[in-house]
Amino acid sequence: MLKDALKTERPTSADQVLELVADAGAAGRRLEIIGGGTKRSIGRVTNADAVLSLAKLDTVIDYAPEELVLTAQPGAKLADLERLVAAEGQMLPFEPPHLIRLLGAKGDPTLGGALAANLSGPRRIRAGAARDHFLGFEAVTGRGEAMKAGGKVVKNVTGYDLSKLMAGSWGTLAVLTEVTIKVLPAARTEVTLLFFGLDDAKACAVMATAMNAPVELSGATHLPAATAARAPLKGEMAVTALRLEGFEASVATRAEGLAIALKGFGQGAQLDAEHSRAFWVQVREVEAFHGAKGPLWRISVPPASGWRVAEALAGVALYDWAGGLVWLLSQDDPAKIRATVGALGGHAVCYRGRTPAFEPLGGPLAALSARVKAAFDPKGVLNPGRMAEG
Amino acid sequence: MRMPAPDQALIARKAEIVRALQRIVPGEGVIGDASGLIPFQSDGLSAYRQTPLAVVLPETTAQVCAVLAWCQANGVKVVPRGAGTSLSGGALPLQDGVVLGMAKFNRVLEVDYENRCALVQPGVTNLAITNAVQADGFYYAPDPSSQIACTIGGNVAENSGGVHCLKYGLTTNNVLGCELVLMSGEVVRLGGKGFDAAGYDLMGVVTGSEGLLGVVTEVTVRLLPTPETARALLLGFPTVEAAGATVGDIIAAGVIPAGLEMMDNPAIVAAEAFVGAGYPTEAAALLIVELDGPEAECSELAGHVRAIANARGATSIQVSQSEAERLAFWAGRKAAFPAVGRIAPDYYCMDGTIPRRQLPHVLTRITEMAESYGLGVANVFHAGDGNLHPLILYDADQPGQLEKAEAFGADILKLCVAVGGVLTGEHGVGVEKRDLMGEMFNETDLACQQRVKCAFDPDLLLNPGKVFPRLHRCAELGRVHVHRGQVAFPELPRF
Repeated sequence: MLKDALKTERPTSADQVLELVADAGAAGRRLEIIGGGTKRSIGRVTNADAVLSLAKLDTVIDYAPEELVLTAQPGAKLADLERLVAAEGQMLPFEPPHLIRLLGAKGDPTLGGALAANLSGPRRIRAGAARDHFLGFEAVTGRGEAMKAGGKVVKNVTGYDLSKLMAGSWGTLAVLTEVTIKVLPAARTEVTLLFFGLDDAKACAVMATAMNAPVELSGATHLPAATAARAPLKGEMAVTALRLEGFEASVATRAEGLAIALKGFGQGAQLDAEHSRAFWVQVREVEAFHGAKGPLWRISVPPASGWRVAEALAGVALYDWAGGLVWLLSQDDPAKIRATVGALGGHAVCYRGRTPAFEPLGGPLAALSARVKAAFDPKGVLNPGRMAEG
Repeated sequence: MRMPAPDQALIARKAEIVRALQRIVPGEGVIGDASGLIPFQSDGLSAYRQTPLAVVLPETTAQVCAVLAWCQANGVKVVPRGAGTSLSGGALPLQDGVVLGMAKFNRVLEVDYENRCALVQPGVTNLAITNAVQADGFYYAPDPSSQIACTIGGNVAENSGGVHCLKYGLTTNNVLGCELVLMSGEVVRLGGKGFDAAGYDLMGVVTGSEGLLGVVTEVTVRLLPTPETARALLLGFPTVEAAGATVGDIIAAGVIPAGLEMMDNPAIVAAEAFVGAGYPTEAAALLIVELDGPEAECSELAGHVRAIANARGATSIQVSQSEAERLAFWAGRKAAFPAVGRIAPDYYCMDGTIPRRQLPHVLTRITEMAESYGLGVANVFHAGDGNLHPLILYDADQPGQLEKAEAFGADILKLCVAVGGVLTGEHGVGVEKRDLMGEMFNETDLACQQRVKCAFDPDLLLNPGKVFPRLHRCAELGRVHVHRGQVAFPELPRF
């Protein structure tokens, strides 16, 4: 059945979500769970009987800047939340990518979607991922039960940390109805150091050197020449960029220190705060690959091995997370891509292409993951087929 | 503290169990005699004691697998143990259970500076990780106060924190992966050296699972470059409210200090009498604010903090001028527990977290409760993240005082939950707060957690009696019928 032909339910309360999921379970129906629906193309749900959209559960329930805590319904739009916390001089520390244009999607990405996909931007190397800022939640499990876990304070070890389990579970375990995240003060200023013309291996070495210096690097990306040549940069050679954020005097000192540590890698340049901000949005949104055709892969590897991915595979790459995240446009055989990445100690997710998005797990880990899925959703009501696990 | 009724038939099989374990771990690796078992009777929560059936100290992952598989096949309960420093009774033995001690897994296997991580065995102490890499300019960030003794395996089990977790996070934010042996004896690898792992984030669930889901046999920890410098400020205030408001103002100014600690007057006085750190003993509250980073940053931020403290009426402000002075500022705080131990025969440490804005109210209520219970209390507080450590003073030799202290502690934790906080910020639930879980979670919330337990350990043999107030067999959890939030839960006996 075509997705568009499915009925979409848009509950306006957690109680309605509970009723919809419980009824679906009782009737043996399966639900596709979406927030803004902007990431629907990743890991397609092929056999749902209806769509459950959380877009109308979009209220901010509590935001206490002095406590560094924000509680909202999962359908709250990322863009709205970014404005809300910015007005208080704060930020979403994990810098969630929106990816609308990368995926050619329409609509507004939501906080629930960013958490369910555990999507994190360039600042991940310093501040951590979405999962690291996900403090607690309320949800409806596939069994049709309303439950909660975690808390609404920044430090808590009471009970299992099920927020981590929800982060990156792509809605296959439970439907989030309320989430609490940690926010942080926004940096007063930032600066970006640029290096030009480095090959991928040398760029990874530059990024590692910067990461290993006590400068609290908050962004490390490399655009090989073929990637830098694309819009929006349209540059003539490869670009390697390093970001520093913080208070003015501190950023200036760290930039000096970093430039000295890296002076063997050629003459650099600097982006001031305004240009730096714009540049890192381009990196976060993978703008160089907007409008690109063909399979798109999001590859996670140990950072020092990043350059080996593009060395072994055909295509065009963009490196983030100091080499730990590789966006790859590649026509190579999916099996070859997964085998290459696996041998480097990483894994690959296909964001666009004619192959299952998520890498199937093997052995006892696959069985364990299936038991975890069954613990929350034994009948497979939620997002059937979206992940390998469920 | 009631534990599950011991299985007398298993206890009668002790000799057979010891022999079976000796076949798996030959030599000195199995302890069965009464005197040898004494050191394992309790952990950091020494009010509770129990002699285990036996102790096994494996040296290899293969031995851990074989021990767990044998125990599962024979229905023998297992209590994993690191250094035994848990403050919540996480490693409290069971009379009919085997303690699985991981002390012999004490090697740093690999240091990988290119990927800024280290692969270590679980029995390596927290501080030993930093010691192994600090000459090269790196460290492991989480620093629980017991870091000289506590092991990384125990840190993973408890999701341990420390004074620097406001800026650097808890254990869960600083571990990348692990090798985990399930109760079945199967081995799974979770995470790795990369940032994202495939599949569900089981590493995130195992971290802080208090030894109920599996036994960690290797851990990949994240290493950070050592900050260039660190500076501490010691700020005295005439009221707790002024100190609390200062904490809020520091964070509102966009400063996230590496450490942000508060002590109340009884804690200040006890610490000063113990170590002579130069604390202002007349102050109602003391803040220690640590800033780290480049010298220029520390100076700039110290200026901001000083101005904020002045505006809030600080009665004393000292800024460390040397590394020796910085360490002296910390000496009192780090010695707060033993210092309090000198003013009362026994103390009982609580660990709730509250929204910081509730601090004045909560401290006032704690003082009132202390009066009504007739017990003293000193408060130390990870003020930046709202994690409160009231130390209840009592004398275990006085009949009824331990019970009074426990009741007082329970009242404090209930208060923490009532104001929007949680039962435990970093010490874990263990046996200590097990029966308070109902304050935070309803039966459905707990059933969801216990089903995760069942996915890892369907026979409930790993560390039973901890964390969950009731033991439900996994089959019963599967049958729980819930529709539209109405829970029809079979009323099972409390143990």
